[in-house]
Amino acid sequence: MTGALGKDLLGLESLTGDQIRLILDTAEPFKEISERAIKKVPALRGSTIVNLFFENSTRTRISFEFAEKRLSADTVNVSASGSSVSKGETLVDTARNLEAMRIDMVVIRHSASGAAQFLADRIESNVINAGDGTHEHPTQGLLDILTLRDRFGDLAGRRVCLCGDILHSRVARSNIWGLTKLGAEVAVCGPRSLLPNAIDEFGVRIFDRIEEAIEWAEALNVLRLQFERMTAGYIPSAREYNRVFGITRERLDRAQRDILILHPGPMNRGVEIDSDVADGPHSVILDQVTNGVAVRMAVLYLLAGGKPELAEAAKGGSGRGRDAGDRE
Amino acid sequence: MKPILLRGGTVVDPSQKMNTRGDLLLSDGKISAVGGKIDPPDGADVVDCDGMIVSPGFIDVHCHLREPGREDVETVATGARAAAAGGFTAVCAMPNTDPVTDNQAAVGFIVRQAQRAASARVYPIGAISVRQEGKVLAEFGEMVGAGAIAVSDDGKPVASAQLMRTALEYARTFKIPVIDHCEEPTLAAGGAMNEGIVSAQLGLKGVPAEAEEIMVIRDILLARLTGGHVHLAHMSTRGSVELIRWGKDRGINVTAEVCPHHLSLTEESVRGYDTNAKMNPPLRTADDVEALREAVKDGTIDLIATDHAPHHYDEKEREFADAPNGIVGLETALAVVVTNLVEKGYLGFADLVDRMSCTPARIFNLPGGSLKRGSAADVTVFDPAARWKVDPSLFLSKGRNSPYTGMTLAGRANCTIVAGSVVFRSGIPARGRKV
Repeated sequence: MTGALGKDLLGLESLTGDQIRLILDTAEPFKEISERAIKKVPALRGSTIVNLFFENSTRTRISFEFAEKRLSADTVNVSASGSSVSKGETLVDTARNLEAMRIDMVVIRHSASGAAQFLADRIESNVINAGDGTHEHPTQGLLDILTLRDRFGDLAGRRVCLCGDILHSRVARSNIWGLTKLGAEVAVCGPRSLLPNAIDEFGVRIFDRIEEAIEWAEALNVLRLQFERMTAGYIPSAREYNRVFGITRERLDRAQRDILILHPGPMNRGVEIDSDVADGPHSVILDQVTNGVAVRMAVLYLLAGGKPELAEAAKGGSGRGRDAGDRE
Repeated sequence: MKPILLRGGTVVDPSQKMNTRGDLLLSDGKISAVGGKIDPPDGADVVDCDGMIVSPGFIDVHCHLREPGREDVETVATGARAAAAGGFTAVCAMPNTDPVTDNQAAVGFIVRQAQRAASARVYPIGAISVRQEGKVLAEFGEMVGAGAIAVSDDGKPVASAQLMRTALEYARTFKIPVIDHCEEPTLAAGGAMNEGIVSAQLGLKGVPAEAEEIMVIRDILLARLTGGHVHLAHMSTRGSVELIRWGKDRGINVTAEVCPHHLSLTEESVRGYDTNAKMNPPLRTADDVEALREAVKDGTIDLIATDHAPHHYDEKEREFADAPNGIVGLETALAVVVTNLVEKGYLGFADLVDRMSCTPARIFNLPGGSLKRGSAADVTVFDPAARWKVDPSLFLSKGRNSPYTGMTLAGRANCTIVAGSVVFRSGIPARGRKV
């Protein structure tokens, strides 16, 4: 079945600004479902979805699973360990075997860039990329953007800076594609050894100093610093990283205006972000998590061929309006 | 052996500055008459070459025939037949077999397998170091005695400058070139494609051009130090071209090759994660392609070699970062060069024959590369204009991993003759040459 997004959601690079807006708009009515006592609508009743997680994930896997269940889909979780994958089965064989059981969608998380596309090119089912290597993590990008939109409204001209390890971040790539397509101004800030060499060609502003980034930005999306980057020699130590690039209360206070703080999680408190910032009044980190479920519901619904204009109706009865995102 | 008269083709032989319509007579495994109108001797096979180019047989100095070790993906015999189908009368087989071709017995095995195949000639290249480990020098003398024509550690670049120095010095004794795959291993580690905007967007680890260029200049300087002959395999960047030019301007004994894919494709082919666009060195930028085309034209890069690297379908049918490097090339090389260099005005057909036949023969001191009277009767007859659609299922190679699948290319071998015997004729499987 092919809806307004095509067969698959592999990345934000291939979407238009209108398609991204469509997903965000479709997510709005779905936000409210999660606020109900009975968090379930029948939109995907009878659909079978496989969550194929070749890499560890807590937040993304659970978020997808909630989204699927709240739309009444039947779901199966497969992880790499304890499955035929650990017996040496190839990705394509795993997928074809699942498909032979007549599934409708696959949500895939994999350590190899391009794994989601590889799968999408070879099976009929809808494929949703839940993070492929260092390529893209489109639903994370979408939930970040939805969270920003909740606060800013139209994102055109809004200034968002991605901070940290851009080189290895699929979240950064999806954010850059998505935000630029919606007209936002995007910057990156991090040690040069953690920026792609070709970053100049991404059409983003580059800050070497976090103080300059804070001076410029209206929102900071603070990326997780993976500890293996230190052992691989990209940067000398977590301590120096915090001293030079850490988002601290002191640095934010110097800007003398409110700056929205996002983090895709999981956080290393005291490394890329200090606790008083993460837990502070301008942090929307938990709103991101809440929005994640709504955005994933919207993606599932649209890929299944759901009509965007019927999303409001699809959630059934008791519409409390679309103010769920406004809670503090 | 019956004489063969190749009648009415255009004889293109840069070794004697010949580029005219005329006949060519082969007898007793040698060229016995060339040019003008030749009457067929009694019992001669007459091959009509009207509209064809008749040239000295192509020689590929860089291919992987996988035997011994991976006979499931290629053998000396299937590789030799694929070569013949591509218009090659001789190929040089890299030593990255399993076990490694690093001793006289291993070299002799390939020579014997090639004799049994009785198709294109196959010359073994021996390893520089034992097991290609980059530690202990292999026995060049014995390998040359058994038929090796050069040494190389192939896909395992010689990381130690001292070992490379010794290899260049020691190889002088036997008058063979040392072929190096130029790749600084720490910079290239884990890389899956060219480093640049495309790798950054696709989230694939890149290999910077400098990983190649650092080793290019190191090897050129070691050739200067030792007086040895270094041959640089599959050059892929503009910077490498500039460094080779620098070395040649100073009279340093450096030669270099480039592959058809680096003359025709760019890193853009990797979008979509097509593993048939994965090779080492990786496809680079349009600017690099342009520099390489110019370098083949002006002779900075001496010759064209395929780096033919068959892989099993299952090994390529997987996640990009985990797929092996390499593509098949023997059966598309001529057409890729005609389509991308001749038809685009970089080379004339005489230049093509020079870069694919005369120069490889001269640099590697091999028979062939000339249609002069008395030379080995290694001849390629090709149709310079034939347009055909690449269908790997029709390849004689066991490999199917081609990035040109489905493309329409111009130029195709029509008849390949080795030592006076036809080993390939326009789509008809090889008849086998007498040994």
